[in-house]
Amino acid sequence: MGGSGDIDRNIFRFVIRFSVKETALVCLLVAAAQAFYYVTLDLPKNIMNQGIQGEGIQFPKDILGWFSVDQIGYLLWLCLLFFLAVLVNGAVKQYINSLKGKLGERLLRRLRYSLVERILRFPIPHFRKVSSGELIPMVTSEVEQIGGFMGDAFVQPLMQAGMLLTIALFLFMQNPVMGFAAISLFPFQAYIVPMLQKRVKALGKERVRAVRKVSERIGETVGGIHEVRANGTASWERADYADRFGTIFRIRFDIYQRKSLVKFINNFLSQCAPLLFYSIGGYLVIQGQLSLGALVAALSAHKDMTAPWKELLDYYQQAQDAQQKYEQVVEQFRPEQMLPEALHELPADPAPGLGGDIALAGLSVAEDAQTKLLESVSLTIAHGAKVALVGAAGGGREALAMTLARLYLPSSGTLRVGERDLTRLPDAHLGASMGYVGPGAYHFSISVRDNLAYGLRQRPVAAPEKRNAARTRWLAEAARAGNLALDVEDNWIDYSRAGVANAEQFDGVAARVLERVDLAEDVFLFGLRGRVDPRAKPAVAEAILAARAAFRERLSGPQADPALKGLIESFDPTRYNDNATLAENLLFGTPIDPAFEVDVLAEQRDFLAVLQKQGMADELIAMGRKVAETMVELFAGLPAGHEFFDRFSFIAADDLPTFQAVVARTAPDETGKLPAISDEDRARLIGLPLKLVNARHRLGLITPDFKGRVLEARAAIHDAFGKGPAAGKIAFFDPESYNAAAAIQDNILFGRVAYGQAKAQAIVGKAMREVLDSLGLRERVFEVGLDFQVGVGGSRLTPAQRQKLALARALVKRPEILVLNDALAVLDSSTQVKTLDGALSAAGSATVIAALADAALAAKFDRVVVLADGRVAQDGRYDELIEQDGPLKELLAP
Amino acid sequence: MSIKEETDALKRIPLFSKLDPAKLKLLAFMSQRLSYEPGQAIFAQGDAGDAAYIVLDGEAAVLIDTNSGPTEIARTGKHEIVGEIAILCEVPRTATVRAAGDNPLVCLKIEKDDFMALVNEFPSMGLEIMRELARRIVKTNAQLRNAMAAKSA
Repeated sequence: MGGSGDIDRNIFRFVIRFSVKETALVCLLVAAAQAFYYVTLDLPKNIMNQGIQGEGIQFPKDILGWFSVDQIGYLLWLCLLFFLAVLVNGAVKQYINSLKGKLGERLLRRLRYSLVERILRFPIPHFRKVSSGELIPMVTSEVEQIGGFMGDAFVQPLMQAGMLLTIALFLFMQNPVMGFAAISLFPFQAYIVPMLQKRVKALGKERVRAVRKVSERIGETVGGIHEVRANGTASWERADYADRFGTIFRIRFDIYQRKSLVKFINNFLSQCAPLLFYSIGGYLVIQGQLSLGALVAALSAHKDMTAPWKELLDYYQQAQDAQQKYEQVVEQFRPEQMLPEALHELPADPAPGLGGDIALAGLSVAEDAQTKLLESVSLTIAHGAKVALVGAAGGGREALAMTLARLYLPSSGTLRVGERDLTRLPDAHLGASMGYVGPGAYHFSISVRDNLAYGLRQRPVAAPEKRNAARTRWLAEAARAGNLALDVEDNWIDYSRAGVANAEQFDGVAARVLERVDLAEDVFLFGLRGRVDPRAKPAVAEAILAARAAFRERLSGPQADPALKGLIESFDPTRYNDNATLAENLLFGTPIDPAFEVDVLAEQRDFLAVLQKQGMADELIAMGRKVAETMVELFAGLPAGHEFFDRFSFIAADDLPTFQAVVARTAPDETGKLPAISDEDRARLIGLPLKLVNARHRLGLITPDFKGRVLEARAAIHDAFGKGPAAGKIAFFDPESYNAAAAIQDNILFGRVAYGQAKAQAIVGKAMREVLDSLGLRERVFEVGLDFQVGVGGSRLTPAQRQKLALARALVKRPEILVLNDALAVLDSSTQVKTLDGALSAAGSATVIAALADAALAAKFDRVVVLADGRVAQDGRYDELIEQDGPLKELLAP
Repeated sequence: MSIKEETDALKRIPLFSKLDPAKLKLLAFMSQRLSYEPGQAIFAQGDAGDAAYIVLDGEAAVLIDTNSGPTEIARTGKHEIVGEIAILCEVPRTATVRAAGDNPLVCLKIEKDDFMALVNEFPSMGLEIMRELARRIVKTNAQLRNAMAAKSA
């Protein structure tokens, strides 16, 4: 697919390998361009000699046998020819440049693709040695610089050298002596400049080292400041710094001088050349061996020579640089024991299945030369067997599970399933028939539903009948850059593997599997937090309104549920809701227009205008200052990016210093009057108290008086945004209509669960569920739950949810072999048993091999294999093994 | 009651007494303030331990299950901490704690994960807590020694 095999270590080899045709074409074009370029050099001479001076020409002159012209006409004719030659030369150059650009971009795309393709084939143990923090910049930014060079790698020297040669040729044609004079200084430059450059490069490295030393020293000074002060050694420290800065000074100045020397030599030599022209050329003109026109043309040609020459010297420097960077990057992408490229080829046939017994013979797995994870393990696992792998951590159970899922490749021995060699099975076949769940399972930043279907994405299953032309070109370009030419926009999900025909039926399967792994309830709760578009699903919205009415009955009807008393604060137009944010209390609705979201609400001019008119602005600013002070006090000690900022702080880490400054410059004077505050600061400060939830944040800022004023403002806001041109930006809380901007549960509750009431969430959730069940709404809510976005790496799920979802993902594709590797260890023991039972029954006739941290769970399996020191220590039925004095008994001993 | 008073309450708990007031305020800000009706359980013996509770007002009864049903072994009152072992190590609750007395029990719930994140960020906090726990062990050892001496005497 990459077609690259091993990746070249030399950037030029990489480039030529994938651009032979383009490079050849460029060669031809460069050659062709030179002809026209030659004309642009030669013509000025004729213009001078023949056009202006009229030497050796009879006027009227006959042109191409078509028409005759006088001298002026002839001059214009020559100028026209010159113009055309310039035009053609420019056009060819432009074409070469665009070709070069395409070539460079294509090569960059290919290089990036091969790097990523190689990451996908890295041996799993290698991922312990490299961090994504190292790999990401290499694939993203570092190759970018190399990519620019790759387009130039051959084209640039060809083009510039071509120009140089043409100019040299022209000069020789005028007069060999002059030609020689023009190039006489080049060998000298070609020798001395790289030499000077080399020294500059070495100095550059020295500079980096010296600066690094200084930064270490600064670290020491900061860390040891107590000692420095207490010992009175500041002078010594200063002397030390002065010395180090001196070293840097010497290196930097040295670099500067060498660079300017190079510049000087180049400039000097190119300016010396005209001297040669004036003297030698002048002599020849006087002697009548050279025409004045030729001399002028030679002078201007030589002037043209400096540009390509300079380009060539620069190119030399860039090439050195690019090769070094390229090598550094590529070296990181050549670990030992990568997955063979052939395994990533997409086989023509869909997965034939993994039937048959699993047979391991003399299987060893080595992490590196020293550490053996498994040593000559021989086992046969009957098709459909349920096998537990137990043993101390590091004893081999994890390694065996990972080898069975081919996450580790055996270093020796064989691993077969039926007739097939597992180590040679195409990736797509293996993935279709094998389920694996490891500890710390990963999820992609897509919905729960898409994560469940991730295991069904081995190949595109349905391509459109006829691809449109643009898309076909798109894929052809991918192929040209050596990228995989399969369309990511085709349907890749093979629903038949989950036993259903299409996406609609998939939700049903998802529900059943999630039920088995004890995750259905959680997804249902996600659904409660999700939103429904009443225009797309009017029936669902209608039903949820019915649920709201039913819930209200439970809350305050004649048969009100006493357990719910005081747990919910309903939205009441005439009361301040202590469990909602101040923003919600003011808007008394959910924002539709994103400009009314709580984070940016304070920047909304119309909203601010209403507050101003209500006389609340100054009060909110004062509150904002108090909140800002508190936040700075609470969070200033935490490093930026700490999770607490996201979860608790009203102010992002980066903004803390800004707010500190804002608080300082908005301090009221002695009379309590606020200074003039810029619009920006005003928005910043007012934005803070808007997020306050009185019952939760307990900052004591929201007083009964203040609440009264909020209610007045609420009415004013309703007037301002409820009708007219500003309508439709806020979905106001209305007991009788569905609020499309709010979550399902908020629509049912029509209020907020009270903070500070023990177990309120659980009790309210239970009541709400009963209402939904009685109305038959559970499935609808569940479907909304499947849309829940799990976040990067599944960050919006708890660790337990992540493991359960991974288990469901493995089960949904109905694997023939299911490998669990400490998959449930994060769950508490009762859930572990429940989930394992569910998984075993859902796995049906599949072979299940489970590495278990808790050996007691092995009782649920047909067969137990105890591993110790990478070998099989005991193997047999659970009930038999626990009778014997042996490793299993030891493992189970309390 | 506002966050300031809660911070003061935290300061009176020996486990936290040596900590920087700003950190305590942060802890209070992150924690949830909960109120329990008399008789309502805060947690039950055998539950997974996910949080510690600091009593701000009211009384809590500590009960353990015995053959003859739950038996009250202790009572905790204002400014005492319950369930702190659970936020330091993974053990199920060793006792049941209920709101007792006539008034609602008000407490501050400190989530284990938040507490751990805070300790991670400010290792000096962890050190202080280690010292306090070590002091407790010394005390327990001394009690054990005395008890054994009394028994053998």
